[in-house]
Amino acid sequence: MKAYDTLMLALVFIPLGTALIAVMLPPTRRRWAVLLGGLAWPCVLVPLSLAIAREQTLTLVFGGWSPPLGIGWRLDALGLVVLWVHALVGIAALPGAWQRFEPEKPESGPFWSLWLILATGVNLATLAADLFNLYVALELTTLAAVALIATDDGIAALSAAMRYLLLAVLGSLMYVLGVGLVYAQTGSLAMHQPGVVELNNVALVLMLTGLMVKAAIFPLHVWLPHAYSNAPGPVAAIMSAVVGKVALVALWRIWFETAVDPPMLLANLLGLIGAGAIVYGAVAAYLQPRLKMVIAYSSISQFGFLLLLLPLACQQAFQGAGFHLLAHGLAKASMFLAAANIVTVLGSDSIRHLPGLDKRMPLEAFTLALAGITLIGLPPSGGFTGKWMLLSAAWEVQGWFWMVLIVLSGLMSAAYIFRILALTCFHPARRAVHHLHARPPKITSFAALLLALLAVVIGLYPHPVLDLLGSGVPGAGP
Amino acid sequence: MIAPWTTQILPPAVVLVSTLAAIVIFVAGEQRQRLRIWVNLAAAMLKLVLVVWIGLEVLAGEEFLFRFELLPGLELILHADALSILFASLSAVLWLVTTVYAIAYLEHSPNRARFFGFFSLCVSATMGIAMAGNLLTLFIFYELLTLTTWPLVVHNGTPEALAAGRSYLRYTLTGGVVLLTALAWLYGLAGNAVFTPGGFLAPLAGEHGAELRLIFILLIAGFGVKAGLVPLHGWLPKAMVAPAPVSALLHAVAVVKAGAFGIIRTVEDVYGLDLVAQLGMRLPLIAVACWTIIIGSLLALREHHLKRRLAYSTVSQVSYIVLGIAVGGLLATSGGMVHLVHQGLMKITLFFCAGIFGLLLGVSKIDQLDGLGRRMPWVSGAFTAAALGMIGLPPLVGFISKWYLASGALAAGMPLVLAVLITSALLNAAYFLPLIRRLWLNPPGTLAEAPIEIGRLPRLALMFSAVATAALVVVLGVLAAHPLSPLNWVVKIAQGYAP
Amino acid sequence: MSSAIFVLVAAAIFGLGVHGLLVSAHIMRKLLALNLMLSALFLLLIVVPATIEGRPDPVPQALVLTGIVIAVSTTAFALALMVRLFRKQGHATIHPDIDPDLLGRRHDRHQPEADNEQAP
Repeated sequence: MKAYDTLMLALVFIPLGTALIAVMLPPTRRRWAVLLGGLAWPCVLVPLSLAIAREQTLTLVFGGWSPPLGIGWRLDALGLVVLWVHALVGIAALPGAWQRFEPEKPESGPFWSLWLILATGVNLATLAADLFNLYVALELTTLAAVALIATDDGIAALSAAMRYLLLAVLGSLMYVLGVGLVYAQTGSLAMHQPGVVELNNVALVLMLTGLMVKAAIFPLHVWLPHAYSNAPGPVAAIMSAVVGKVALVALWRIWFETAVDPPMLLANLLGLIGAGAIVYGAVAAYLQPRLKMVIAYSSISQFGFLLLLLPLACQQAFQGAGFHLLAHGLAKASMFLAAANIVTVLGSDSIRHLPGLDKRMPLEAFTLALAGITLIGLPPSGGFTGKWMLLSAAWEVQGWFWMVLIVLSGLMSAAYIFRILALTCFHPARRAVHHLHARPPKITSFAALLLALLAVVIGLYPHPVLDLLGSGVPGAGP
Repeated sequence: MIAPWTTQILPPAVVLVSTLAAIVIFVAGEQRQRLRIWVNLAAAMLKLVLVVWIGLEVLAGEEFLFRFELLPGLELILHADALSILFASLSAVLWLVTTVYAIAYLEHSPNRARFFGFFSLCVSATMGIAMAGNLLTLFIFYELLTLTTWPLVVHNGTPEALAAGRSYLRYTLTGGVVLLTALAWLYGLAGNAVFTPGGFLAPLAGEHGAELRLIFILLIAGFGVKAGLVPLHGWLPKAMVAPAPVSALLHAVAVVKAGAFGIIRTVEDVYGLDLVAQLGMRLPLIAVACWTIIIGSLLALREHHLKRRLAYSTVSQVSYIVLGIAVGGLLATSGGMVHLVHQGLMKITLFFCAGIFGLLLGVSKIDQLDGLGRRMPWVSGAFTAAALGMIGLPPLVGFISKWYLASGALAAGMPLVLAVLITSALLNAAYFLPLIRRLWLNPPGTLAEAPIEIGRLPRLALMFSAVATAALVVVLGVLAAHPLSPLNWVVKIAQGYAP
Repeated sequence: MSSAIFVLVAAAIFGLGVHGLLVSAHIMRKLLALNLMLSALFLLLIVVPATIEGRPDPVPQALVLTGIVIAVSTTAFALALMVRLFRKQGHATIHPDIDPDLLGRRHDRHQPEADNEQAP
């Protein structure tokens, strides 16, 4: 057990430690801290995965003080999946971030510290075993994310960061209020032991609403499009892959593991909200004049899927939702990384400039196509696997509305994906693009492509992930 | 015989040959023309060899099976039964010929790497459909076919091409969604089941009859989009804006036949014709096929644009296949299935010729065909042979299919179907004979544009393709009694379904 | 009985904060409103949980302390962001909280520079 404790500690303290070091070191030495921070903690995931496969959950309690006064950590299968997405996207985004914010430059210090603090926050949020630690972790993540968006330094980015901050704090407020009510009612803050007394519905709704703001669920999503589309590419990639997801995973946990028998009406209501997100995001994505906005609204649409877990609660739904989280995280991050390269070369991501892209930047065009396949859910991609599991779950619980919704969502995603693909590959380039900005290094293109490829490949070999998820179903599974 | 592991590896190998070719073509880039030509031809020939090999083994009774588990309870299955070989060999042969044609046709076109890359992927998808061993695999490759044919439809990049592409996607993706629903439902009811001659759903008919009926309708609708059943055929005439090799491929081999193939598999290997009749779906299916045949021909009569007339003719003709399957019995089933091959050959010839007329002489409308018989005798001859085959003139292949269909209709006691067949033959004559007359008997008119000059080798290649397929139209008809003819192959298949 | 008045006061302050947040255009006002809401929240957190055996329950106090620390650092950061935004655009307001992007064009008109030049 001791060995695993160290590994779990490493998940949080490596990025935290290197974040502090990165800002203290002279610029010339900074790169070592960054590399250590970015690449060392993912290595820990391999032994942890083996441990989870064997034991299903790992726990760690600090200092021997039991909760709620002490701090406890818990890693289960779902958390492991989130960590893997984080690790893979973090590594893939590293070359792009490195190219734009070279560690040698004095002004890059803050960026890398923030990057690593974000990583700390995400990992901490995944490991948190009680409601308040979750709050702290989410705040850490939010602050780091806001600051990272602001590193772009343009008016649009700063404005977007500000809006995100205000809304996120509002969300936190609601969440903490809920936490307070929970404590008042049950005297405990533990997440994974359903309270002795039934969780107050008011508290539940408050917490869920707060988390939904952070996860940008329609209609509380207003901060996301501007934030994602104006952030630097690698930042947008990380945010779309994990930052929204940890809030959503927290929502799942609270629903399934903390609340005792939440009302089905609420579950259906939340499912309907998810449906609204899917439709709204897809329609809005189709209408956008900027590539990064299309991708951002696509995220809003896909997040809606993850809410469908609530009304469909069963093992297959859990596996499907978890798999969807993985596949979507990889695909969306790859799209943002590709879009970042496109902006580097063309100077703007307006769709007017997209025609002819397949000639000038074939790798990026192919990445967008591959990622699009996963988002639409065409077989044999990872997106299809997630959708199929959710479909089976819907069939199991005789939820015809959900079945129809999931099936139609593929069509809606196809609309905006094919619009982009048609513009990129098949519209004749209407005019020569006069300014050719810098060429991004090839490795960034390949990193994006690899992520998209991975999203498709996991659809061919889904068993390891599915088995892992299947063994760790939270509370409400059969 | 052959080693056991070979029986596992050959089906996916057949599918993957053209995928590898596509990868090479994409990576090699636009400039490496020689390499591309070699890769295309080599891959097409290799695929044909593999298919023939498998075909001979299947004839000798060998079984081919490849299983791959995608999800718990969901398997990807590739197998090679006689029906697979029928479709696969048609595809392989016609791919080879179309490759030759396309290389010559696109001699001066831009974006050839992209074209041939997706072209090859399209064939991979078609092979996957042919060799699918269960509905899931069929569905997966069916959707891949949509994905890989769309870039070909919009290849020219003109506003019409893009609009046609959008329409194509709307139809085919909606069809795909319908199929997915049916598939998920069916899997919920019956679990993961492989194609079984005579179907595997009969045991469920007692309790779940209504559900099975609904699923059947969904499946037919989903496949019917690509097969061009009226009123799901709207994308087909619009897709004629694509380059001629694409129209030839889409209409003779890939998309429409894939839809028809899906219907065959559904009726024969998932439900079984007896169950279809028991559920009361046989007559509606026959009705749908009949009205598609008639309406398709009527719409063809109204068209003055050559390729669009051929498109509506395809809509009409592919439903012969559905009709034959639905009527059932040895004769009708044989007639329907063999028409898969025969119609493919005839239609591809017609499109090849239309493409040559269009490329070299700028011909796009019917009235521009006047007197071309003298200018381009070989091509016009090929066109004529194919057109006569479509009308049903003996001893061409078209006659063979229609004869079997008609006999089958009589044997099943359906004189109305016979009436439809006769009407259709008359309508076919009505819209094809004028074309033949214009070619040979009308004095040459002035051409809309000046003829395009292309090199001697490409010109020969184009003509060779058209004449070769036309020759097959004649030869396979004359030699229909030969043991290795498609007809006899099909009779064997049909005997498995309708003893 | 006495805790009821604290709850009422907290609710009132919270309401003021919400109003301020939604109505004000100036960022500084929004931040002040947020801080009001936070204060109300902390008041609630102290008051609502029951006491254990007559002694004050340490857990809510720990929660509130943590919350105050987070609130302070967040506010400091928000102020820095606001100053930066002010320096860039000359005023410290952000667009009203409706979503203009569904209509596409409106967004473009407000931020033309985002369309032409953008860092990746």
